[in-house]
Amino acid sequence: MTKVLLGSEIEDILRSNFKNQIEVVGKDYVQISNDESLDLFNYLKIDQKYDLLSSVTSVDRISHFEVVYHLTSLQKNESLVVKIKCGEGRVDPKVKSVVSVWRGAELQEREIYDLMGIMFEDHPNMKRLLLWENFEGHPLRKDFVS
Amino acid sequence: MSTELVTMNIGPIHPSTHGVFRMRVTFDGETIIDAEPIIGYLHRGSEKLAEERTYTQVVTLTDRMDYTASMTNNQAYILSVEKLSGITPSKRGVWLRMIAAELQRIAAHSVAIGFLINDLGAWHTPLLYLLREREKILELFEMMCGARITNSYLRPGGVFMDAPDEFWPSLNKFLDEMPNRLDDIENLLTDNEIILARTQNVATLKKDDAINASITGPMLRASGVDWDLRHRNPYDYYEKISFRRPLGTVGDNNDRYLVRLHEIRESLKIVEQCLDLIEPGPVKPEEVPFLVRPPEGESYVPIEAPKGELGFYLVSDGGIAPFRCHVRAPSLINLTLLRDMVIGYKIADLFVTFGSIDVNMGEVDR
Repeated sequence: MTKVLLGSEIEDILRSNFKNQIEVVGKDYVQISNDESLDLFNYLKIDQKYDLLSSVTSVDRISHFEVVYHLTSLQKNESLVVKIKCGEGRVDPKVKSVVSVWRGAELQEREIYDLMGIMFEDHPNMKRLLLWENFEGHPLRKDFVS
Repeated sequence: MSTELVTMNIGPIHPSTHGVFRMRVTFDGETIIDAEPIIGYLHRGSEKLAEERTYTQVVTLTDRMDYTASMTNNQAYILSVEKLSGITPSKRGVWLRMIAAELQRIAAHSVAIGFLINDLGAWHTPLLYLLREREKILELFEMMCGARITNSYLRPGGVFMDAPDEFWPSLNKFLDEMPNRLDDIENLLTDNEIILARTQNVATLKKDDAINASITGPMLRASGVDWDLRHRNPYDYYEKISFRRPLGTVGDNNDRYLVRLHEIRESLKIVEQCLDLIEPGPVKPEEVPFLVRPPEGESYVPIEAPKGELGFYLVSDGGIAPFRCHVRAPSLINLTLLRDMVIGYKIADLFVTFGSIDVNMGEVDR
């Protein structure tokens, strides 16, 4: 059975090196700050063996946006959830792209940009994925009326 | 010798792109030097639509994602809803949906192999052999739930109706016949010289690259990584089932074909074991309300769909419709490395490689 880490267990992994980056410890996730997030992800991938980025997704929380990362370790058969809060007040949501850590984020981050309108800095090819280039708005936002 | 480069659009309407998929490919003579997938032609906004429907209604949307594997789509979604709302499914319901899911895997892999061989130029004969077998599975589904492709068979807590009495002899007949049909297919294809020449050592994918690009499912196992969620994270009752996990060694197109072919045999064994273990009883607990109203929270339950890791990330705000419903679509993510895999190969290898990745445009675009 894949062990899904609780928030406190994720905090234990990160406490020694990334104490200042932990913003919130939830029941089954940890919210981290966007600054230096790549160092933290590299630590999780290389030192903690979370080699498979299961999924990257985003949630419109009305007051802000959230980017949610599901990581899996094939070797340890464990999974954990890391979140990054961005776009406080719905203004200019932006996080660092993790493509340099996991290639698997490439299309998923483009999809998030397309549908939720969150920019990924340093993404190699940041353009719309599913919709056409001059489409206006981002359909998965709660203020987009369908 | 270099010649003038030619950039060509392949698709969105093309018999070998399995739906509305487009590639912008740059050739030097016949050699591919760049390939960019362009998608979105079948985008229906399923994730947005799900936010306006009740939890049970969303089941019908999941059917239309990977339309060659509706049962496993239902299963992934329902498992996520059950975790979110704390529903314990009834035993018979779980066995029935496992039988449905494994039959669906056979059907989906049959389609994958059939069209892969079709792309190789073996026009229609092997494809129709496989579609004939798939047709029998679709008839079984019709008995189970009345629908052949868009099944909507699963509900939170199990399935919506029991399989009728005449279903069981038909299923047994299918299980008896299918191994022989598979032998026929294998005799026809596996050692075929042309197929070997065209698929072996073409578009090789290394273990580490595959993991790093989040590639899952038969494609990952063809590269030699023993990662099957039915084994590593047994959802439903898979922990009571034993099965082999076929692995590839090279990670080329031939390995991806062989892994799928062998997985069909394993799925048959799984269905047989389910038949031994299934017991009478309700297919869905009485107390599960029609209108599921999960408490605030979120859930993500990955399952092993025919194409790879499929999971629904659901966020609930306590209402009757999901606040957010994200689909982790294996078809889309498995396309990440298409460009890297085909560069340096010939135009004819492009379609074979694309076929061996086995994407379904309904799931890529959602």
